Amino acid sequence: MSRSVVVTRPSLLARLRIRRPWRLAAEVSALLIALVVAFPLYWMALSAIKPAGEIESSEPRPWTLAPSLDSFRRVFEQQEFGRYFLNSVIVAGSVVVASAFIAFLAATAVTRFRFRFRTTLLIMFLVAQMVPVEALTIPLFFLMRDFGQLNTLGSLILPHIAFSLPFAIWMLRGFVKAVPEALEEAAYIDGASRARFLWGILFPLVFPGLVATSVFSFISAWNDFLFAKSFIISDTSQSTLPMALLVFFKPEDTDWGGVMAASTVMTIPVLVFFVLVQRRLVSGLGGAVKD
Amino acid sequence: MTDNPVTPDRSATAEADDVPVRAYGEVPVAVADAARTPAGVPSGGQAVPRSVRAAAPGKARQSSGGGRLGPRGVGWTPWVYLAPALVVLGALLVYPIYQLGLISFLRYTQAQVSGGRPTTFEGFGNYRTLFVDDQFWQVLGATVVFAAACVVSTLAVGCALAVLLTRVRALPRLALMLAALGAWATPAVTGSTVWLFLFDPDFGPVNRLLGIGDHSWTYGRYSAFALVLLEVVWCSFPFVMVTVYAGIRAVPVEVLEAAALDGASQWRTWRSVLAPMLRPILVVVTIQSVIWDFKVFTQIYVMTNGGGIAGQNLVLNVYAYQKAFASSQYSLGSAIGVVMLLILLAVTLVYLRLLRRQGEEL
Repeated sequence: MSRSVVVTRPSLLARLRIRRPWRLAAEVSALLIALVVAFPLYWMALSAIKPAGEIESSEPRPWTLAPSLDSFRRVFEQQEFGRYFLNSVIVAGSVVVASAFIAFLAATAVTRFRFRFRTTLLIMFLVAQMVPVEALTIPLFFLMRDFGQLNTLGSLILPHIAFSLPFAIWMLRGFVKAVPEALEEAAYIDGASRARFLWGILFPLVFPGLVATSVFSFISAWNDFLFAKSFIISDTSQSTLPMALLVFFKPEDTDWGGVMAASTVMTIPVLVFFVLVQRRLVSGLGGAVKD
Repeated sequence: MTDNPVTPDRSATAEADDVPVRAYGEVPVAVADAARTPAGVPSGGQAVPRSVRAAAPGKARQSSGGGRLGPRGVGWTPWVYLAPALVVLGALLVYPIYQLGLISFLRYTQAQVSGGRPTTFEGFGNYRTLFVDDQFWQVLGATVVFAAACVVSTLAVGCALAVLLTRVRALPRLALMLAALGAWATPAVTGSTVWLFLFDPDFGPVNRLLGIGDHSWTYGRYSAFALVLLEVVWCSFPFVMVTVYAGIRAVPVEVLEAAALDGASQWRTWRSVLAPMLRPILVVVTIQSVIWDFKVFTQIYVMTNGGGIAGQNLVLNVYAYQKAFASSQYSLGSAIGVVMLLILLAVTLVYLRLLRRQGEEL
């Protein structure tokens, strides 16, 4: 299937009648734009390994001849950075697993069954995506307080599961739908139970979709700044990475090296996750699910 | 799309009217392909879900016959599957929304939170306080203008680069895709700090490059907003770019051939064939951008240090947060939250109507 698209590319391009010099100009600008877009990330990584003197210089240079790990050392030593990192991993991991599991069941219900209120539910899931999570910080704060969850990782995990669900369900819908009905019928004819079909057949087939979904729940949990700031108020051992980053961040006397090193540490897992998941996606849906 | 695009002749009109359905049905496949084909470019996964939503009415209709599970009745099974999701959403989404509304009608400050004084019912008192406050209207105006500017810039950049991607060979495409993916994956907090550093008056490379000495970008109201806008566009254009690019690739070649045979110019092809066909995708990315940009919190909070000098860079979200958690006026903060909720609900209703009109099956 992907092959055929590749084959049609040149003819599409031909249709759009692109003349040589124009294409060259387009390619040069594409490369330049790529450089501009990548520049902030490059600058972040560069500043993280620059020695202190070069960062606080009024003549910033786009390279360094004396890379040093001082900033990283400062980050990992001064704060309980490892602890924060671990907390972030725990929060994001729990959110990913729980929301993938719950969303899988819900997506199966709304795509493979017809029942009353199905459409209403779907519209509610759509509307729920639009809810400004930030506005709910206030009631959630009191909810967490009443359940004694303030200053615990649970206060970060639970809301993120809830907020990532509507989107995850919407996204999984497509993947669950893609599994042909014939497969389902065949399974029942062969005597499989509903649970057997769900976990033995549907789940593995939808797994790539689950992984794709998990990118978004992972990112929302990993990047969370607001809940971490609002719910973890006194027990800093329960803090997560974004808060640790901001410790280096003082209005007048910012330790830019520290901020950039911490930013790098925080960005890398997300980048890695993106790349890994893309591979999964590629190997996924293509073969197994086709009729 | 429905108001007939002006086309060279009748046959082309028929073609153009007919096409959206077909192109549409092909979107998810094409998006998945886009994620795969360009030399294994890990193009953003987000494209898949978001356009799945916009997509595939044709296929959906074929595959979703009623009464699925063969001879056995459906019964309670779907509700059992739905139970965990409904419990979680009920407890952590629906209930807090109810609470938000409730608090906005109460007098709820530090005294009530600590139990020092009883909570009293205020009716619309909080809203009255809010609506006579000039700062509220100023913040509301700033939020709308800022979000609009972000949406327009993000869409312009995203669409332009998507078109650019269709015109270049694999290597430049890979480079641009990878760079965009990096920007997309960057957490909002780190993106904010990095952009702040780039524009730092003392040590940032941008001021040096532009030769404007130690000009502080965060000092002036508009330059601070502009700086945040740049960061927001940087981290949100990749979604638009990847989605629109996938949409363009999903356009069947025959349609473009037909247009060319009918002697349509390139501009005409874009305006009368591609634009109407991409409309569903454009609706999705536009509405998504409106919703995201209206809710910007982290960037403003981090880059302008909690709303700028004397609150000059406040947007609704940050304003509500500051009211509630900085000055302990929880009920005022909640009232602002309710206002936001209502505005976003209105946007959502528009979205639903547009989806309906496009004939999307749920």
